[in-house]
Amino acid sequence: MATTLFRQNAARSALRTLKPITGARAGLGGVTCTRGKATLPDLPYDYSALEPSISGKIMEVHHKNHHNTYVTSFNNFTEKLSTLSSSSDQSPQSIADQAALIPLIKFHGGGHINHSLFWENLAPKNQGGGELPSGALGKAIDEHYGGLDKLKEKFNAALAGIQGSGWAWLVQDMGTGKLSIVTLQNQDPVLPPLRPILGVDAWEHAYYLQYQNRKAEYFGAIWDVINWKAAEKRFK
Amino acid sequence: MSNDTYSLPKLPYSYDALEPAISKQIMELHHSKHHQTYVTNLNNALKTLSSSQNDIPAQIALQPVLRFHGGGHINHSLFWQNLAPPDSAEAQFSAAPKLTAAINATFGSEQAFRQKFNAALLGIQGSGWGWLVKFENEGGRIGIVTTKDQDPIVGAGEVPVFGVDMWEHAYYLQYLNGKAAYTENIWTVINWKTAEERFLGKQADAFTVLKASI
Repeated sequence: MATTLFRQNAARSALRTLKPITGARAGLGGVTCTRGKATLPDLPYDYSALEPSISGKIMEVHHKNHHNTYVTSFNNFTEKLSTLSSSSDQSPQSIADQAALIPLIKFHGGGHINHSLFWENLAPKNQGGGELPSGALGKAIDEHYGGLDKLKEKFNAALAGIQGSGWAWLVQDMGTGKLSIVTLQNQDPVLPPLRPILGVDAWEHAYYLQYQNRKAEYFGAIWDVINWKAAEKRFK
Repeated sequence: MSNDTYSLPKLPYSYDALEPAISKQIMELHHSKHHQTYVTNLNNALKTLSSSQNDIPAQIALQPVLRFHGGGHINHSLFWQNLAPPDSAEAQFSAAPKLTAAINATFGSEQAFRQKFNAALLGIQGSGWGWLVKFENEGGRIGIVTTKDQDPIVGAGEVPVFGVDMWEHAYYLQYLNGKAAYTENIWTVINWKTAEERFLGKQADAFTVLKASI
């Protein structure tokens, strides 16, 4: 299965270089699937397009290898779960086997969701990366944080405080509409009642080839390629 | 807590000594930057702790910081000691006769043990460590334990025999996402002599290297 997906994705990547990039996606639109299987979404820009903030090599390994592993593992474990849950054998052992798959599905499904949102909320400078947020989100940031610089300061402190692997997110509470910054460990996805607005990957694989242990430099440079237009579309 | 501060322990070999299993660049960054940062932040946290003596909320707020950076210092200090250059006598499985017997009795064979250990390493979600541990309180039973982030192996009666760092910074510059290859190659640089000594000793014996670095 993994081989098939790789081939399929390689073909699609090749196509991408021939076709112009089409319109931005909204919400979770970046999470793609065909015939009930999750698939690796194409990046809406080239691997080298986020330089110098993120090197082309990092983007390539991150997308083609790391993200793809989350996709194939998610498909693998959901398929196993589906086989077990549709079997006539619903013995305690079978149920235990099904329950044991849930953390794996959460981890790899979360990895797929998080990376899909991440690619979408980044953009090269010539496609609006780093342009200031405007509209309702810009207003909410001003009201809640007293300006974008204050938000960045808080967000970077949150990123720096992650112990181990994880993500920092700007989120909106679906009930109150309020913005806040949360950090989540490993590949835990943002779940209701929170809505993801903007995410930054703080796993070492997201920056290590370029920044090594100097992660504060990565957290500083990422703001030059944040796609606030994509973030605005997620904000309700 | 006195004014003593922890310091970065010297490596018992040169940065390039573990090649080709672990590159010189990885070892240098890992020791001189990552481990140093844990030591620095541990000392800072201890300083803050000693100045918050009558402030229980402040002391409690420091616990996760202490655990993380103190754990980072402990884990890396143990890790450097339980590695050895691939051509050295220490890196041969035969350097651990008593531990070998326990491994064979528990896991069936050295190969079966490695397979189980590697499966545990590859099953870690996010950053963490894999350890072979002796449980003093359970008749000296040995078992494979994984820990998250920098959680240290300091439970009652837990003797860390050897550990493998599964943070991405431990292998990424050389192996990228190919962490399975890292978990294969690490076996060529495990210091079985140290492992044997820890296996035969008590928990406090394993931590002498830390006391020496105060």
